[in-house]
Amino acid sequence: MSKMHFLTDGLVKNNPTFVLVLGMCPTLATTTSAMNGLEMGLATMFVLILSNMVISLISPIVPDKVHIPVYIVVIATFVTLLELLMKAYVPDIYATLGLFIPLIVVNCIVLGRAEAFANKNGVGASALDGIGVGLGFTVSLTVIGLVRELLGSGSAFGFKLLPGDGILAFVLAPGAFIVIGYLMVLFNKYLKK
Amino acid sequence: MAAQSNLRNMLLCLTGVCLVCASLLAAVNAVTKDIIAETAHKNLVASIAAVLPEGGELSESQATDAAGIGEYYVLSSDGAPVAYAVKSTTNGFGGALTLMVGVLPDGTVYNTSVLEHSETPGLGAKCTEEESHFRTQFKGFRGALKVTKDGGAIDAITASTITSRAFTLAVKQAVDMVNTLNGGQNNE
Repeated sequence: MSKMHFLTDGLVKNNPTFVLVLGMCPTLATTTSAMNGLEMGLATMFVLILSNMVISLISPIVPDKVHIPVYIVVIATFVTLLELLMKAYVPDIYATLGLFIPLIVVNCIVLGRAEAFANKNGVGASALDGIGVGLGFTVSLTVIGLVRELLGSGSAFGFKLLPGDGILAFVLAPGAFIVIGYLMVLFNKYLKK
Repeated sequence: MAAQSNLRNMLLCLTGVCLVCASLLAAVNAVTKDIIAETAHKNLVASIAAVLPEGGELSESQATDAAGIGEYYVLSSDGAPVAYAVKSTTNGFGGALTLMVGVLPDGTVYNTSVLEHSETPGLGAKCTEEESHFRTQFKGFRGALKVTKDGGAIDAITASTITSRAFTLAVKQAVDMVNTLNGGQNNE
């Protein structure tokens, strides 16, 4: 049996945003533009792949009663690593995402995949699952960001496409809820079979 | 199959994992520490340079206990102060609003720059647009630092009075500090 379905499951069947509805806090807060959504998605994917791989490797030697603290330590380590690296090498991106990078530690997607997948599967499958779910999260965040940016400021990835100022509400919090709601409807009607 | 959950295993596992993670982070921190400090310093120097006239010698950071003032820097030429760069913080609409304000010794505002803010995008966040009327009116300003609604001479950003007030207050704090520093001789 091909392992590729681990990769594609995360994109559609187990899409973290539109199907599992996990990690809503960064989804609502960072998708003010397509670029922000993309960067947040990639940052989460980095943590997800590495933590999935390490957890699938160490889970046989972790006693059951302490598995949650151990997983959290592993996840927190990768998040801190990412934070330090971003601060050092891409300070501009860090300035935009700021607070939401440390918050990846408590993103339910990461611990969720560790619990539901990585501790039962091999390191290869766990890496593919991390890539798949990470991509699903990245694509969802980018699409939400793109819609909000287009409606809210008339541009896409920072390029001005439509004249005028756009509808301000879509850049603010209410717009996030409205856009996610409608995208969820469309996603479940046309993609999820 | 997971290892047995007895005290010995749990202690060994948690200690081991924490040790490995801590060493890894210590190593990465050692590599990135200097780069991060250098970037922060470069940003600070750039923000100071942006609000001061060119030339002269910049002092080290100076401490003060004036309200809302973090630190300030003195630009001097031939021993006499030419201008001050003052880091000033107030409460904006969405959280702390921190500015770097360039002030001349006579209390005139030279220029302003936003260091940190959490104002509403599209409304209060317009205070970061350096070419806007709101920002340019501070350049060379000397007088009542209050928005027109409060009887001052500063035009507020439309629909963002709270942000405008906070911004104006931050500039005023900086000017007041420089005036106090010079013995209050500039008071009008």
